[in-house]
Amino acid sequence: MDVMDLSPLTILTVIFVLSCVVGYFVVWGVTPALHTPLMAVTNAISGIVVVAAMLVVGPDILGADVCSALPCPYPEYTGLFQWTARIIGFVAVVLCAINIFGGFAITGRMLAMFKPKAPSAAVKAAQHAKAGE
Amino acid sequence: MLFLINSDVMVLLGLLSALLFVMGLKGLAHPKTARRGNLFAMLGMGVAVATAMMVPQVGAYLWIIAGLALGAVIGIPMARKTPLTALPQLVAAFHSFIGLAATLVAVGMYLRQMTFNALDGGTAAEMGIGAAIGMITFTGSVVAALKLQGVIGGKPWGWSGRHFLNLGLALALVLAMLLFIMQLTFLPLFAIVIISAILGVTLVAAIGGADMPVVVSMLNSYSGWAAAATGFMLEQPVLIMTGALVGASGAILSYIMCKAMNRSFLSVIMGGFGAEPTTAGAEAGPAMSVKEAGADDAAYMISNAARVIIVPGYGMAVAQAQHAVKELYVLLEEKGIATEFAIHPVAGRMPGHMNVLLAEADIPYDSVHELEDINPRFKETDVVLVLGANDVVNPAAQTSPGSPIYGMPVLEAWKAQQVYVVKRSHRPGYAGVDNPLFGMENCALVLGDAKAIVESLVTALKAS
Repeated sequence: MDVMDLSPLTILTVIFVLSCVVGYFVVWGVTPALHTPLMAVTNAISGIVVVAAMLVVGPDILGADVCSALPCPYPEYTGLFQWTARIIGFVAVVLCAINIFGGFAITGRMLAMFKPKAPSAAVKAAQHAKAGE
Repeated sequence: MLFLINSDVMVLLGLLSALLFVMGLKGLAHPKTARRGNLFAMLGMGVAVATAMMVPQVGAYLWIIAGLALGAVIGIPMARKTPLTALPQLVAAFHSFIGLAATLVAVGMYLRQMTFNALDGGTAAEMGIGAAIGMITFTGSVVAALKLQGVIGGKPWGWSGRHFLNLGLALALVLAMLLFIMQLTFLPLFAIVIISAILGVTLVAAIGGADMPVVVSMLNSYSGWAAAATGFMLEQPVLIMTGALVGASGAILSYIMCKAMNRSFLSVIMGGFGAEPTTAGAEAGPAMSVKEAGADDAAYMISNAARVIIVPGYGMAVAQAQHAVKELYVLLEEKGIATEFAIHPVAGRMPGHMNVLLAEADIPYDSVHELEDINPRFKETDVVLVLGANDVVNPAAQTSPGSPIYGMPVLEAWKAQQVYVVKRSHRPGYAGVDNPLFGMENCALVLGDAKAIVESLVTALKAS
Protein backbone atom coordinates (compact mmCIF):
# COMPACT_ATOMS: atom_id res chain seq x y z
CA MET A 1 0.00 0.00 0.00
CA ASP A 2 1.22 3.45 -0.88
CA VAL A 3 0.42 6.12 1.71
CA MET A 4 0.02 8.62 -1.10
CA ASP A 5 -3.00 6.66 -2.32
CA LEU A 6 -4.90 7.42 0.88
CA SER A 7 -7.29 10.33 0.97
CA PRO A 8 -6.43 13.01 3.54
CA LEU A 9 -9.81 12.41 5.18
CA THR A 10 -8.85 8.79 5.94
CA ILE A 11 -5.55 9.75 7.51
CA LEU A 12 -7.17 12.52 9.54
CA THR A 13 -9.94 10.18 10.71
CA VAL A 14 -7.34 7.68 11.96
CA ILE A 15 -5.63 10.49 13.85
CA PHE A 16 -8.95 11.69 15.26
CA VAL A 17 -10.17 8.31 16.49
CA LEU A 18 -6.87 7.35 18.10
CA SER A 19 -6.66 10.76 19.80
CA CYS A 20 -10.15 10.25 21.23
CA VAL A 21 -9.01 6.89 22.66
CA VAL A 22 -5.93 8.50 24.22
CA GLY A 23 -8.09 11.30 25.64
CA TYR A 24 -10.54 8.77 27.07
CA PHE A 25 -7.89 6.91 29.05
CA VAL A 26 -5.95 9.97 30.20
CA VAL A 27 -9.05 11.79 31.44
CA TRP A 28 -10.33 8.79 33.42
CA GLY A 29 -7.04 8.99 35.30
CA VAL A 30 -7.74 12.52 36.50
CA THR A 31 -8.67 12.67 40.19
CA PRO A 32 -12.23 14.00 40.75
CA ALA A 33 -10.87 16.64 43.12
CA LEU A 34 -9.19 18.28 40.12
CA HIS A 35 -12.14 18.24 37.74
CA THR A 36 -12.48 22.02 37.79
CA PRO A 37 -8.79 22.58 36.95
CA LEU A 38 -9.23 19.91 34.25
CA MET A 39 -11.98 22.00 32.67
CA ALA A 40 -9.87 25.13 32.94
CA VAL A 41 -6.79 23.54 31.36
CA THR A 42 -8.77 21.87 28.54
CA ASN A 43 -10.26 25.31 28.01
CA ALA A 44 -6.79 26.75 27.56
CA ILE A 45 -5.79 23.86 25.33
CA SER A 46 -8.82 24.31 23.08
CA GLY A 47 -7.25 27.68 22.35
CA ILE A 48 -5.31 25.59 19.79
CA VAL A 49 -7.87 27.05 17.35
CA VAL A 50 -5.40 29.96 17.34
CA VAL A 51 -3.38 27.95 14.79
CA ALA A 52 -6.36 28.02 12.44
CA ALA A 53 -7.01 31.69 13.22
CA MET A 54 -3.39 32.49 12.27
CA LEU A 55 -3.95 30.79 8.91
CA VAL A 56 -7.03 32.96 8.38
CA VAL A 57 -5.02 36.12 9.13
CA GLY A 58 -2.92 34.74 6.34
CA PRO A 59 0.20 35.69 4.40
CA ASP A 60 1.56 39.19 4.19
CA ILE A 61 0.45 39.75 0.60
CA LEU A 62 -2.95 41.24 0.02
CA GLY A 63 -5.22 42.52 -2.71
CA ALA A 64 -4.29 42.22 -6.35
CA ASP A 65 -0.81 40.85 -5.56
CA VAL A 66 -2.20 37.40 -4.70
CA CYS A 67 -3.69 37.14 -8.18
CA SER A 68 -0.22 37.04 -9.68
CA ALA A 69 0.34 33.68 -7.96
CA LEU A 70 -3.10 32.12 -8.47
CA PRO A 71 -5.91 33.01 -10.85
CA CYS A 72 -8.66 35.01 -9.17
CA PRO A 73 -12.16 34.54 -10.57
CA TYR A 74 -13.51 37.72 -8.95
CA PRO A 75 -10.64 40.21 -9.16
CA GLU A 76 -12.87 43.10 -8.09
CA TYR A 77 -13.70 41.40 -4.77
CA THR A 78 -10.27 39.98 -4.02
CA GLY A 79 -9.18 42.88 -1.83
CA LEU A 80 -12.47 42.92 0.07
CA PHE A 81 -12.37 39.15 0.70
CA GLN A 82 -8.77 39.27 1.85
CA TRP A 83 -9.24 42.19 4.20
CA THR A 84 -12.46 40.83 5.69
CA ALA A 85 -10.76 37.47 6.24
CA ARG A 86 -7.80 39.18 7.87
CA ILE A 87 -9.96 41.12 10.32
CA ILE A 88 -12.07 38.05 11.10
CA GLY A 89 -8.86 36.08 11.66
CA PHE A 90 -7.51 38.80 13.92
CA VAL A 91 -10.62 38.74 16.10
CA ALA A 92 -10.34 34.93 16.27
CA VAL A 93 -6.67 35.20 17.31
CA VAL A 94 -7.64 37.59 20.13
CA LEU A 95 -10.45 35.30 21.33
CA CYS A 96 -8.17 32.24 21.33
CA ALA A 97 -5.40 34.18 23.06
CA ILE A 98 -7.81 35.21 25.84
CA ASN A 99 -8.54 31.52 26.31
CA ILE A 100 -4.92 30.45 26.21
CA PHE A 101 -3.53 33.06 28.60
CA GLY A 102 -6.64 33.24 30.77
CA GLY A 103 -7.09 29.45 30.83
CA PHE A 104 -3.53 28.64 31.86
CA ALA A 105 -3.50 31.49 34.39
CA ILE A 106 -6.73 30.34 36.09
CA THR A 107 -5.51 26.73 36.09
CA GLY A 108 -2.25 27.79 37.71
CA ARG A 109 -4.11 29.90 40.24
CA MET A 110 -6.36 27.00 41.21
CA LEU A 111 -3.63 24.37 41.35
CA ALA A 112 -1.50 26.58 43.59
CA MET A 113 -4.27 26.38 46.20
CA PHE A 114 -4.29 22.59 46.46
CA LYS A 115 -2.02 21.82 49.39
CA PRO A 116 -1.47 18.62 51.37
CA LYS A 117 -1.93 18.42 55.12
CA ALA A 118 0.93 19.95 57.07
CA PRO A 119 0.09 19.36 60.73
CA SER A 120 0.64 22.55 62.72
CA ALA A 121 2.51 22.46 66.02
CA ALA A 122 -0.74 22.85 67.94
CA VAL A 123 -2.31 19.86 66.19
CA LYS A 124 0.78 17.75 66.78
CA ALA A 125 0.77 18.71 70.47
CA ALA A 126 -2.91 17.84 70.72
CA GLN A 127 -2.27 14.48 69.12
CA HIS A 128 0.61 13.80 71.51
CA ALA A 129 -1.51 14.74 74.48
CA LYS A 130 -4.25 12.43 73.25
CA ALA A 131 -1.81 9.57 72.75
CA GLY A 132 -0.42 10.12 76.25
CA GLU A 133 -3.79 9.93 77.99
CA MET B 1 9.90 34.92 9.99
CA LEU B 2 13.47 33.88 9.42
CA PHE B 3 12.83 30.35 8.27
CA LEU B 4 9.92 28.33 7.01
CA ILE B 5 9.13 24.67 7.55
CA ASN B 6 7.57 22.07 5.29
CA SER B 7 4.42 20.08 6.04
CA ASP B 8 6.24 17.06 7.48
CA VAL B 9 8.07 19.12 10.07
CA MET B 10 4.86 20.99 10.81
CA VAL B 11 2.90 17.80 11.49
CA LEU B 12 5.68 16.32 13.63
CA LEU B 13 5.89 19.48 15.73
CA GLY B 14 2.11 19.30 16.01
CA LEU B 15 2.49 15.77 17.34
CA LEU B 16 4.96 17.09 19.92
CA SER B 17 2.39 19.68 21.04
CA ALA B 18 -0.31 17.04 21.33
CA LEU B 19 1.99 14.78 23.38
CA LEU B 20 2.77 17.67 25.71
CA PHE B 21 -0.98 18.26 26.13
CA VAL B 22 -1.46 14.58 26.99
CA MET B 23 1.31 14.84 29.59
CA GLY B 24 -0.40 17.96 30.90
CA LEU B 25 -3.68 16.13 31.44
CA LYS B 26 -1.83 13.13 32.87
CA GLY B 27 -0.36 15.44 35.53
CA LEU B 28 -3.86 16.12 36.85
CA ALA B 29 -4.02 12.56 38.16
CA HIS B 30 -2.75 13.91 41.49
CA PRO B 31 -2.51 17.38 43.05
CA LYS B 32 1.23 16.80 43.53
CA THR B 33 1.96 16.51 39.80
CA ALA B 34 -0.77 18.87 38.60
CA ARG B 35 1.24 22.09 38.46
CA ARG B 36 3.96 20.39 36.43
CA GLY B 37 1.19 19.15 34.12
CA ASN B 38 0.00 22.71 33.58
CA LEU B 39 3.56 23.68 32.60
CA PHE B 40 3.68 20.85 30.05
CA ALA B 41 0.43 22.04 28.54
CA MET B 42 1.75 25.62 28.34
CA LEU B 43 4.87 24.35 26.64
CA GLY B 44 2.70 22.41 24.17
CA MET B 45 0.79 25.56 23.30
CA GLY B 46 4.07 27.45 22.89
CA VAL B 47 5.32 24.82 20.43
CA ALA B 48 2.03 24.94 18.51
CA VAL B 49 2.04 28.73 18.13
CA ALA B 50 5.74 28.82 17.21
CA THR B 51 5.14 26.10 14.61
CA ALA B 52 2.24 28.02 13.09
CA MET B 53 4.49 31.07 12.83
CA MET B 54 6.85 29.12 10.60
CA VAL B 55 4.18 27.85 8.20
CA PRO B 56 4.53 29.50 4.75
CA GLN B 57 0.84 30.46 4.64
CA VAL B 58 1.22 32.59 7.79
CA GLY B 59 2.91 35.92 7.22
CA ALA B 60 1.16 38.91 8.75
CA TYR B 61 3.16 38.65 11.96
CA LEU B 62 2.32 42.12 13.20
CA TRP B 63 -1.40 41.31 13.21
CA ILE B 64 -0.82 37.97 14.90
CA ILE B 65 1.49 39.27 17.60
CA ALA B 66 -0.86 42.18 18.26
CA GLY B 67 -3.77 39.73 18.54
CA LEU B 68 -1.89 37.44 20.92
CA ALA B 69 -0.78 40.40 23.07
CA LEU B 70 -4.31 41.80 23.21
CA GLY B 71 -5.61 38.37 24.26
CA ALA B 72 -3.00 38.18 27.03
CA VAL B 73 -3.87 41.68 28.26
CA ILE B 74 -7.56 40.78 28.45
CA GLY B 75 -7.28 37.13 29.53
CA ILE B 76 -4.71 37.25 32.34
CA PRO B 77 -6.49 39.93 34.45
CA MET B 78 -9.77 38.05 33.90
CA ALA B 79 -8.18 34.92 35.33
CA ARG B 80 -6.46 36.75 38.19
CA LYS B 81 -9.28 38.98 39.36
CA THR B 82 -12.40 36.83 39.01
CA PRO B 83 -13.47 35.63 42.46
CA LEU B 84 -13.43 31.85 42.65
CA THR B 85 -17.14 31.72 43.39
CA ALA B 86 -17.67 33.10 39.88
CA LEU B 87 -15.49 30.39 38.36
CA PRO B 88 -18.32 28.47 36.64
CA GLN B 89 -19.36 31.63 34.77
CA LEU B 90 -15.76 32.34 33.80
CA VAL B 91 -15.29 28.82 32.45
CA ALA B 92 -18.53 29.11 30.46
CA ALA B 93 -17.41 32.49 29.09
CA PHE B 94 -14.09 31.01 27.99
CA HIS B 95 -15.94 28.20 26.20
CA SER B 96 -17.97 30.78 24.31
CA PHE B 97 -14.80 32.44 23.00
CA ILE B 98 -13.55 29.20 21.48
CA GLY B 99 -16.93 28.56 19.88
CA LEU B 100 -17.01 32.03 18.35
CA ALA B 101 -13.38 31.70 17.19
CA ALA B 102 -14.16 28.38 15.46
CA THR B 103 -17.10 29.96 13.62
CA LEU B 104 -15.01 32.99 12.64
CA VAL B 105 -12.29 30.67 11.32
CA ALA B 106 -14.84 28.82 9.17
CA VAL B 107 -16.24 32.07 7.73
CA GLY B 108 -12.78 33.58 7.25
CA MET B 109 -11.51 30.46 5.51
CA TYR B 110 -14.57 30.55 3.27
CA LEU B 111 -13.62 34.07 2.17
CA ARG B 112 -9.99 33.07 1.60
CA GLN B 113 -10.95 30.03 -0.46
CA MET B 114 -13.47 32.03 -2.47
CA THR B 115 -10.75 34.43 -3.53
CA PHE B 116 -9.32 31.66 -5.67
CA ASN B 117 -12.60 29.79 -6.14
CA ALA B 118 -10.75 26.89 -4.52
CA LEU B 119 -13.59 25.52 -2.36
CA ASP B 120 -14.83 21.96 -2.90
CA GLY B 121 -17.82 20.10 -1.46
CA GLY B 122 -15.83 18.08 1.09
CA THR B 123 -14.12 21.13 2.57
CA ALA B 124 -17.45 22.95 2.53
CA ALA B 125 -19.02 20.16 4.60
CA GLU B 126 -16.23 20.41 7.19
CA MET B 127 -16.53 24.19 7.13
CA GLY B 128 -20.29 24.02 7.75
CA ILE B 129 -19.88 21.54 10.61
CA GLY B 130 -17.14 23.65 12.18
CA ALA B 131 -19.25 26.81 11.92
CA ALA B 132 -22.31 25.04 13.36
CA ILE B 133 -20.60 23.41 16.37
CA GLY B 134 -18.73 26.64 17.04
CA MET B 135 -21.88 28.75 17.02
CA ILE B 136 -23.88 26.30 19.20
CA THR B 137 -20.97 26.36 21.66
CA PHE B 138 -20.89 30.15 21.54
CA THR B 139 -24.54 31.00 22.18
CA GLY B 140 -25.03 27.98 24.48
CA SER B 141 -22.09 29.09 26.63
CA VAL B 142 -23.32 32.68 26.74
CA VAL B 143 -26.73 31.50 28.01
CA ALA B 144 -25.03 29.18 30.54
CA ALA B 145 -22.76 32.00 31.75
CA LEU B 146 -25.71 34.37 32.13
CA LYS B 147 -27.65 31.72 34.06
CA LEU B 148 -24.70 31.03 36.35
CA GLN B 149 -24.16 34.76 36.88
CA GLY B 150 -27.84 35.09 37.80
CA VAL B 151 -28.51 37.64 35.05
CA ILE B 152 -31.25 35.39 33.72
CA GLY B 153 -33.17 32.96 35.92
CA GLY B 154 -31.66 29.54 36.51
CA LYS B 155 -35.03 27.88 36.06
CA PRO B 156 -35.34 25.71 32.97
CA TRP B 157 -37.42 26.98 30.10
CA GLY B 158 -40.42 24.70 30.31
CA TRP B 159 -42.32 25.53 27.09
CA SER B 160 -43.59 22.17 25.90
CA GLY B 161 -43.26 23.04 22.21
CA ARG B 162 -39.50 23.41 22.51
CA HIS B 163 -38.78 19.86 21.33
CA PHE B 164 -40.57 20.58 18.05
CA LEU B 165 -38.75 23.89 17.76
CA ASN B 166 -35.39 22.18 18.29
CA LEU B 167 -36.28 19.45 15.83
CA GLY B 168 -37.32 22.05 13.26
CA LEU B 169 -34.10 23.98 13.78
CA ALA B 170 -32.04 20.80 13.45
CA LEU B 171 -33.79 19.95 10.16
CA ALA B 172 -33.27 23.49 8.88
CA LEU B 173 -29.61 23.19 9.82
CA VAL B 174 -29.21 19.98 7.82
CA LEU B 175 -30.97 21.61 4.88
CA ALA B 176 -28.73 24.68 4.99
CA MET B 177 -25.70 22.39 5.22
CA LEU B 178 -26.75 20.46 2.09
CA LEU B 179 -27.41 23.69 0.21
CA PHE B 180 -24.00 25.03 1.20
CA ILE B 181 -22.22 21.88 0.04
CA MET B 182 -24.02 21.98 -3.32
CA GLN B 183 -23.95 25.72 -4.01
CA LEU B 184 -20.83 26.84 -2.13
CA THR B 185 -22.38 30.29 -1.78
CA PHE B 186 -22.36 32.60 1.21
CA LEU B 187 -26.07 32.66 1.96
CA PRO B 188 -26.39 29.02 3.15
CA LEU B 189 -23.25 29.44 5.28
CA PHE B 190 -24.85 32.52 6.84
CA ALA B 191 -28.01 30.49 7.44
CA ILE B 192 -25.95 27.74 9.14
CA VAL B 193 -24.48 30.33 11.51
CA ILE B 194 -27.85 31.90 12.36
CA ILE B 195 -29.71 28.61 12.85
CA SER B 196 -26.90 27.23 15.04
CA ALA B 197 -26.94 30.41 17.12
CA ILE B 198 -30.66 29.97 17.86
CA LEU B 199 -30.22 26.25 18.49
CA GLY B 200 -27.49 26.93 21.06
CA VAL B 201 -29.84 29.22 22.99
CA THR B 202 -32.87 26.91 22.90
CA LEU B 203 -30.83 23.85 23.87
CA VAL B 204 -29.28 25.40 26.98
CA ALA B 205 -32.28 27.53 28.01
CA ALA B 206 -34.29 24.36 28.68
CA ILE B 207 -31.75 23.03 31.18
CA GLY B 208 -32.09 24.02 34.82
CA GLY B 209 -29.82 25.00 37.67
CA ALA B 210 -29.07 21.60 39.16
CA ASP B 211 -28.09 20.25 35.75
CA MET B 212 -25.56 23.05 35.26
CA PRO B 213 -22.53 20.80 35.92
CA VAL B 214 -23.60 18.68 32.94
CA VAL B 215 -24.17 21.74 30.76
CA VAL B 216 -20.78 23.23 31.58
CA SER B 217 -18.94 19.98 30.89
CA MET B 218 -21.00 19.42 27.73
CA LEU B 219 -19.99 22.84 26.40
CA ASN B 220 -16.40 22.01 27.35
CA SER B 221 -16.75 18.96 25.14
CA TYR B 222 -18.32 20.94 22.27
CA SER B 223 -15.46 23.44 22.26
CA GLY B 224 -13.11 20.49 21.70
CA TRP B 225 -15.21 19.05 18.86
CA ALA B 226 -15.35 22.53 17.30
CA ALA B 227 -11.53 22.63 17.33
CA ALA B 228 -11.38 19.13 15.80
CA ALA B 229 -13.84 20.09 13.04
CA THR B 230 -11.67 23.11 12.25
CA GLY B 231 -8.72 20.74 12.04
CA PHE B 232 -10.51 18.59 9.48
CA MET B 233 -11.36 21.67 7.44
CA LEU B 234 -7.77 22.92 7.36
CA GLU B 235 -6.21 19.42 7.35
CA GLN B 236 -4.25 20.32 10.48
CA PRO B 237 -3.57 17.21 12.62
CA VAL B 238 -2.59 19.28 15.67
CA LEU B 239 -6.10 20.74 15.83
CA ILE B 240 -7.67 17.31 15.42
CA MET B 241 -5.53 15.65 18.09
CA THR B 242 -5.99 18.46 20.59
CA GLY B 243 -9.67 18.93 19.84
CA ALA B 244 -10.24 15.19 20.37
CA LEU B 245 -8.49 15.36 23.78
CA VAL B 246 -10.66 18.25 24.92
CA GLY B 247 -13.80 16.71 23.44
CA ALA B 248 -13.18 13.39 25.17
CA SER B 249 -12.47 15.17 28.46
CA GLY B 250 -15.72 17.12 28.40
CA ALA B 251 -17.69 14.05 27.34
CA ILE B 252 -16.31 12.00 30.24
CA LEU B 253 -17.08 14.78 32.72
CA SER B 254 -20.64 14.97 31.37
CA TYR B 255 -20.94 11.20 31.77
CA ILE B 256 -19.63 11.31 35.36
CA MET B 257 -22.04 14.13 36.25
CA CYS B 258 -25.03 12.33 34.70
CA LYS B 259 -24.15 9.12 36.51
CA ALA B 260 -23.85 10.99 39.82
CA MET B 261 -27.39 12.28 39.30
CA ASN B 262 -28.69 8.97 38.02
CA ARG B 263 -29.92 10.72 34.90
CA SER B 264 -29.37 9.77 31.30
CA PHE B 265 -27.47 12.27 29.19
CA LEU B 266 -30.46 12.44 26.85
CA SER B 267 -32.87 13.39 29.65
CA VAL B 268 -30.54 16.19 30.77
CA ILE B 269 -30.28 17.50 27.21
CA MET B 270 -34.05 17.35 26.78
CA GLY B 271 -34.19 19.62 29.81
CA GLY B 272 -37.14 20.73 31.91
CA PHE B 273 -35.98 18.93 35.08
CA GLY B 274 -37.06 20.83 38.18
CA ALA B 275 -39.34 23.14 36.20
CA GLU B 276 -42.46 22.17 38.11
CA PRO B 277 -42.68 20.65 41.59
CA THR B 278 -42.86 16.88 41.37
CA THR B 279 -45.76 15.01 42.88
CA ALA B 280 -43.55 12.33 44.42
CA GLY B 281 -43.29 14.31 47.65
CA ALA B 282 -47.05 14.08 48.15
CA GLU B 283 -46.95 10.30 47.97
CA ALA B 284 -44.58 10.19 50.90
CA GLY B 285 -47.54 10.44 53.25
CA PRO B 286 -48.24 12.78 56.16
CA ALA B 287 -46.03 15.79 56.59
CA MET B 288 -43.00 14.79 58.64
CA SER B 289 -42.11 16.54 61.83
CA VAL B 290 -38.87 18.37 61.44
CA LYS B 291 -36.72 19.33 64.41
CA GLU B 292 -34.89 22.59 64.54
CA ALA B 293 -31.76 23.31 66.52
CA GLY B 294 -29.69 26.38 67.27
CA ALA B 295 -26.01 26.80 66.51
CA ASP B 296 -25.27 26.40 70.25
CA ASP B 297 -26.84 22.92 70.34
CA ALA B 298 -24.83 21.89 67.31
CA ALA B 299 -21.65 23.33 68.82
CA TYR B 300 -22.23 21.37 72.01
CA MET B 301 -22.65 18.09 70.14
CA ILE B 302 -19.62 18.81 67.98
CA SER B 303 -17.44 19.64 70.99
CA ASN B 304 -18.20 16.18 72.43
CA ALA B 305 -17.60 14.37 69.14
CA ALA B 306 -14.57 12.34 68.19
CA ARG B 307 -15.28 12.28 64.45
CA VAL B 308 -16.97 14.95 62.37
CA ILE B 309 -17.78 14.99 58.66
CA ILE B 310 -18.72 18.19 56.87
CA VAL B 311 -20.80 17.90 53.68
CA PRO B 312 -20.55 21.13 51.66
CA GLY B 313 -23.00 22.00 48.89
CA TYR B 314 -23.93 24.89 46.67
CA GLY B 315 -25.25 26.75 49.74
CA MET B 316 -21.69 27.03 51.04
CA ALA B 317 -20.58 28.59 47.74
CA VAL B 318 -23.50 31.04 47.70
CA ALA B 319 -22.84 32.13 51.28
CA GLN B 320 -19.07 32.31 50.60
CA ALA B 321 -18.70 30.32 53.81
CA GLN B 322 -15.50 28.44 52.89
CA HIS B 323 -13.19 30.65 54.98
CA ALA B 324 -15.44 30.34 58.02
CA VAL B 325 -15.46 26.58 57.40
CA LYS B 326 -11.67 26.59 57.36
CA GLU B 327 -11.68 28.32 60.75
CA LEU B 328 -14.04 25.66 62.07
CA TYR B 329 -11.83 22.93 60.60
CA VAL B 330 -8.67 24.29 62.25
CA LEU B 331 -10.45 24.69 65.58
CA LEU B 332 -11.75 21.10 65.50
CA GLU B 333 -8.35 19.70 64.53
CA GLU B 334 -6.79 21.63 67.42
CA LYS B 335 -9.30 20.09 69.78
CA GLY B 336 -8.30 16.67 68.48
CA ILE B 337 -11.62 16.06 66.71
CA ALA B 338 -10.99 14.21 63.45
CA THR B 339 -12.65 16.30 60.74
CA GLU B 340 -13.18 15.32 57.14
CA PHE B 341 -15.07 16.67 54.15
CA ALA B 342 -17.38 14.60 51.96
CA ILE B 343 -17.88 15.80 48.38
CA HIS B 344 -20.66 14.59 46.13
CA PRO B 345 -19.70 14.69 42.42
CA VAL B 346 -22.51 17.10 41.54
CA ALA B 347 -22.22 19.38 44.58
CA GLY B 348 -21.95 22.92 43.25
CA ARG B 349 -22.36 24.19 39.74
CA MET B 350 -19.51 22.44 37.95
CA PRO B 351 -17.38 19.31 38.37
CA GLY B 352 -14.97 19.66 41.29
CA HIS B 353 -16.43 23.03 42.34
CA MET B 354 -16.39 22.26 46.10
CA ASN B 355 -12.82 20.96 46.00
CA VAL B 356 -11.60 24.25 44.56
CA LEU B 357 -13.50 26.34 47.10
CA LEU B 358 -12.12 24.29 50.01
CA ALA B 359 -8.62 24.48 48.53
CA GLU B 360 -9.02 28.25 48.24
CA ALA B 361 -9.72 28.38 51.96
CA ASP B 362 -6.47 26.43 52.57
CA ILE B 363 -8.15 23.21 53.61
CA PRO B 364 -5.67 20.41 52.80
CA TYR B 365 -6.82 18.18 49.95
CA ASP B 366 -6.11 14.99 51.91
CA SER B 367 -8.95 15.86 54.31
CA VAL B 368 -11.40 16.10 51.40
CA HIS B 369 -12.91 12.81 50.22
CA GLU B 370 -15.04 11.54 47.36
CA LEU B 371 -18.33 9.75 47.84
CA GLU B 372 -17.09 6.16 47.45
CA ASP B 373 -14.21 6.71 49.89
CA ILE B 374 -16.15 8.32 52.68
CA ASN B 375 -19.55 6.60 52.60
CA PRO B 376 -18.41 3.62 54.73
CA ARG B 377 -17.19 6.02 57.43
CA PHE B 378 -20.50 7.79 58.16
CA LYS B 379 -21.60 5.06 60.55
CA GLU B 380 -18.51 5.65 62.71
CA THR B 381 -19.12 9.36 62.72
CA ASP B 382 -20.55 11.29 65.65
CA VAL B 383 -21.68 14.48 63.96
CA VAL B 384 -22.32 15.27 60.30
CA LEU B 385 -22.66 18.94 59.38
CA VAL B 386 -24.46 19.42 56.06
CA LEU B 387 -23.78 22.91 54.70
CA GLY B 388 -26.23 24.04 52.06
CA ALA B 389 -26.58 20.61 50.45
CA ASN B 390 -29.84 18.71 50.19
CA ASP B 391 -30.46 16.24 47.40
CA VAL B 392 -26.99 14.71 47.74
CA VAL B 393 -27.82 13.48 51.28
CA ASN B 394 -31.38 12.36 50.51
CA PRO B 395 -32.01 8.77 51.71
CA ALA B 396 -35.02 8.55 49.34
CA ALA B 397 -32.47 7.89 46.61
CA GLN B 398 -31.94 4.48 48.24
CA THR B 399 -35.30 3.74 49.85
CA SER B 400 -38.22 5.03 47.76
CA PRO B 401 -38.40 3.69 44.22
CA GLY B 402 -41.06 6.29 43.33
CA SER B 403 -38.75 9.22 43.96
CA PRO B 404 -37.33 11.08 40.95
CA ILE B 405 -33.88 10.77 42.43
CA TYR B 406 -34.16 7.05 43.23
CA GLY B 407 -30.93 5.28 42.31
CA MET B 408 -28.77 8.38 42.51
CA PRO B 409 -25.63 7.74 44.56
CA VAL B 410 -25.87 9.76 47.77
CA LEU B 411 -23.75 10.54 50.81
CA GLU B 412 -25.12 8.35 53.62
CA ALA B 413 -25.10 11.12 56.21
CA TRP B 414 -28.11 9.62 58.05
CA LYS B 415 -25.95 6.73 59.29
CA ALA B 416 -24.09 9.06 61.65
CA GLN B 417 -25.07 9.54 65.32
CA GLN B 418 -26.30 13.07 64.71
CA VAL B 419 -26.85 15.15 61.58
CA TYR B 420 -27.17 18.93 61.48
CA VAL B 421 -28.41 20.39 58.24
CA VAL B 422 -27.62 24.06 57.77
CA LYS B 423 -30.23 25.46 55.37
CA ARG B 424 -31.74 28.82 54.57
CA SER B 425 -35.33 27.55 54.63
CA HIS B 426 -37.52 24.46 54.78
CA ARG B 427 -37.79 24.41 51.00
CA PRO B 428 -36.73 21.26 49.15
CA GLY B 429 -33.59 21.22 47.01
CA TYR B 430 -33.17 21.89 43.31
CA ALA B 431 -34.70 18.59 42.30
CA GLY B 432 -37.90 19.67 44.06
CA VAL B 433 -37.94 16.44 46.08
CA ASP B 434 -38.75 16.16 49.80
CA ASN B 435 -35.90 14.93 51.93
CA PRO B 436 -36.93 12.26 54.52
CA LEU B 437 -33.56 12.82 56.26
CA PHE B 438 -34.99 16.00 57.81
CA GLY B 439 -37.69 14.02 59.60
CA MET B 440 -35.31 11.44 61.03
CA GLU B 441 -34.73 11.02 64.77
CA ASN B 442 -31.03 11.89 64.54
CA CYS B 443 -31.42 14.95 62.32
CA ALA B 444 -32.06 18.60 63.10
CA LEU B 445 -32.18 21.66 60.89
CA VAL B 446 -30.17 24.75 61.72
CA LEU B 447 -31.89 27.50 59.77
CA GLY B 448 -29.87 30.43 58.51
CA ASP B 449 -27.10 31.59 56.25
CA ALA B 450 -24.28 29.01 56.06
CA LYS B 451 -21.57 31.56 56.77
CA ALA B 452 -23.32 33.11 59.78
CA ILE B 453 -24.10 29.68 61.26
CA VAL B 454 -20.53 28.42 60.85
CA GLU B 455 -19.20 31.61 62.41
CA SER B 456 -21.47 31.22 65.44
CA LEU B 457 -20.40 27.55 65.69
CA VAL B 458 -16.79 28.73 65.83
CA THR B 459 -17.60 31.31 68.50
CA ALA B 460 -19.51 28.79 70.59
CA LEU B 461 -16.76 26.18 70.27
CA LYS B 462 -14.09 28.67 71.26
CA ALA B 463 -16.07 29.53 74.37
CA SER B 464 -16.55 25.90 75.44
